[in-house]
Amino acid sequence: MADSTGATTNILEAIQVRKEFGGLIAVNDVDFVIPRGSIVSLIGPNGAGKTTFFNILTGVYKPTAGGVIFDGTPISGLPPHKVTALGMARTFQNIRLFHNMTALENVLVAMHSRIKGGIWRSIFRTPALKREEEGARDRARELLSFSGLPGREDAYAKNLPYGDQRRLEVARALASGPDLLLLDEPTAGMNPEETANFTEFVAKLRAEHEITVLLIEHDMRVVMGISDRVTVLDYGEKIAEGAPKEVQHDERVIEAYLGSAATT
Amino acid sequence: MSNQAGSQPPKTKNRSTISSWRASYRRYRREHQWLGWGIPLAIVVLAFSYPWWGLEGPLAFLFNDGLGIDNDTLFNMSIYVMLALGLNVVVGYAGLLDLGYVAFFALGAYTLGWFGSGLFSNRDIHFLDTNASRLPGIHLSFWVVVLLAGAVCAFAGVLIGWPTLRLRGDYLAIVTLGFGEIIPDVMRNGDDIAGHNLTNGVRGLTLLDRPGFGQTISDASGGILPVRYTSLELRPWYFTVLAMMLITIFVNLRLRDSKMGRAWIAVREDEIAASAMGVPLMRTKLWAYAIGAIFGGFAGAVYGSFINGIFPTSFSFQISVIVLVMVIVGGMGNIWGVIAGAMLISWLNFRGLDKIGERIGSIPGVSDDFSIAKYKFGIFGALLVLMMLFRPEGLIPSSRRKAEFAEGEGTATLYDVRT
Repeated sequence: MADSTGATTNILEAIQVRKEFGGLIAVNDVDFVIPRGSIVSLIGPNGAGKTTFFNILTGVYKPTAGGVIFDGTPISGLPPHKVTALGMARTFQNIRLFHNMTALENVLVAMHSRIKGGIWRSIFRTPALKREEEGARDRARELLSFSGLPGREDAYAKNLPYGDQRRLEVARALASGPDLLLLDEPTAGMNPEETANFTEFVAKLRAEHEITVLLIEHDMRVVMGISDRVTVLDYGEKIAEGAPKEVQHDERVIEAYLGSAATT
Repeated sequence: MSNQAGSQPPKTKNRSTISSWRASYRRYRREHQWLGWGIPLAIVVLAFSYPWWGLEGPLAFLFNDGLGIDNDTLFNMSIYVMLALGLNVVVGYAGLLDLGYVAFFALGAYTLGWFGSGLFSNRDIHFLDTNASRLPGIHLSFWVVVLLAGAVCAFAGVLIGWPTLRLRGDYLAIVTLGFGEIIPDVMRNGDDIAGHNLTNGVRGLTLLDRPGFGQTISDASGGILPVRYTSLELRPWYFTVLAMMLITIFVNLRLRDSKMGRAWIAVREDEIAASAMGVPLMRTKLWAYAIGAIFGGFAGAVYGSFINGIFPTSFSFQISVIVLVMVIVGGMGNIWGVIAGAMLISWLNFRGLDKIGERIGSIPGVSDDFSIAKYKFGIFGALLVLMMLFRPEGLIPSSRRKAEFAEGEGTATLYDVRT
């Protein structure tokens, strides 16, 4: 299927991706595609290799074998900042904000690959640079209010409440101008209401910004409610893939992971 | 126990008075916007006019050695402010601990030796130099040499940074420590590299070119700009180094508020997140290293010319440490803090401790040979320990650093092991 559809309909294709740490096979020959404009979820029990897979996609790890093609460009082996420049952004499972920078500065950092800057231009603060900086600041403020943080520009990231830190991580990821957004357990630690809000927010992202989303998630209500496709990993292997309903009824999935959730 | 409990309340009261002063000062600042540029301007004017008001009067003891022509202390202080600001880019902004910063100071000075002395006496290359006669050797205009010193140091910074900046924390510190030791050693043994004398070895370099503006510019300025600086008239030296210091401060300020400055701080805060947000780690760190090195080079070239002698022994590990102490005591990452720290420590180093020792020596019953300067590294060490205990964020911390120390460790670092 991946062969016939080509690069234009799939924003990301992972082909036979494998990652070994010493003798441990964390990701075992996984094929994976993300259709453009969709919301795809990656689920699996703890230790299934989801975050490792994420890290391969974003360039933190180089796969032992196999390759990743993003928007028609092979990206396996590229460092994270180049992957980001190509239009892939991510959030972290354990919030990794720049704690001692303000919310606005956090967002501005993520615009690194989108603005020119330049040492000489910065020292002499040329009119062009001033315009660029002001534009970046306006855009950052816009993103902050879009992400539900209006008026919090000057708060230090560490002083924001937990939910707002999650929001800031998304705002920061959006600032890098992504076509594909990878969210690593974005609702971890949120209460049901916050989770519902967040789900709505992700839907809005796709609708208004035309961003494709890959989600790692534990909360089945989020996954089942929002995803177009679900891929299930277990012990580094892909055990199921398809529409949420199909996956929910897959025997191997129920056995490996959804066992308790399916009965409730 | 009861003693401790008794001493607690006054301390907090003290804190709150200070913070209320600070709050009212901030309010005053907001209401009087001109202070934002007024205060720095006043300080600059005071500094430049110092030779006219500071050599006599009640404050003279601060800098005057009694001969009335002493701008030495202020000269050295300005040099160290430049060094501290350069190191601040590396340590304060990018968070890379550098224990070998003296290497760039040395390289800057030796660049002057290469392009502005009679070291290569079999050559005869001249470019706008202001020496009285046509001397053998390579003699470029001093201002060109200063720029070259910056370029040589930036190159050296990138060269040493390329393989080592992949290291983190302590490992990087150890490598830079080694680099700081190696450069003076290379200079010491550089008098016979494949038959070429590149550094004159332990004999060092003397008779170095001095800054100057040449006859034409001097005449055009009505003699205000000297043809050539001398060792008797120190004012031009002082003004020159002051101007260079101002340029350093200006560049520091501008870079701090730039895309690069934000990237430096982001890298210091969290490398993995920074790189995931599109910040190229190597290039960002190399820029910090190179820019820090450039200021070290500028300072080295001017210093070498002023001292008129460059010896391998002039560039000891102690300088690296003392500049680092300035940055830490002043307040890492805050330009004004670093300047204050550099001025305080260098004043103590070059004058203050001697003066204090003299005062103590003049107390009846204390031996006349009592010298407090002998213990200066002990004193600086104790100062550093006291700072770490009571004010780890520095004299004038950046608001960022203050936040960092106020709440201790970051919140999300505890289970941060895997990614």
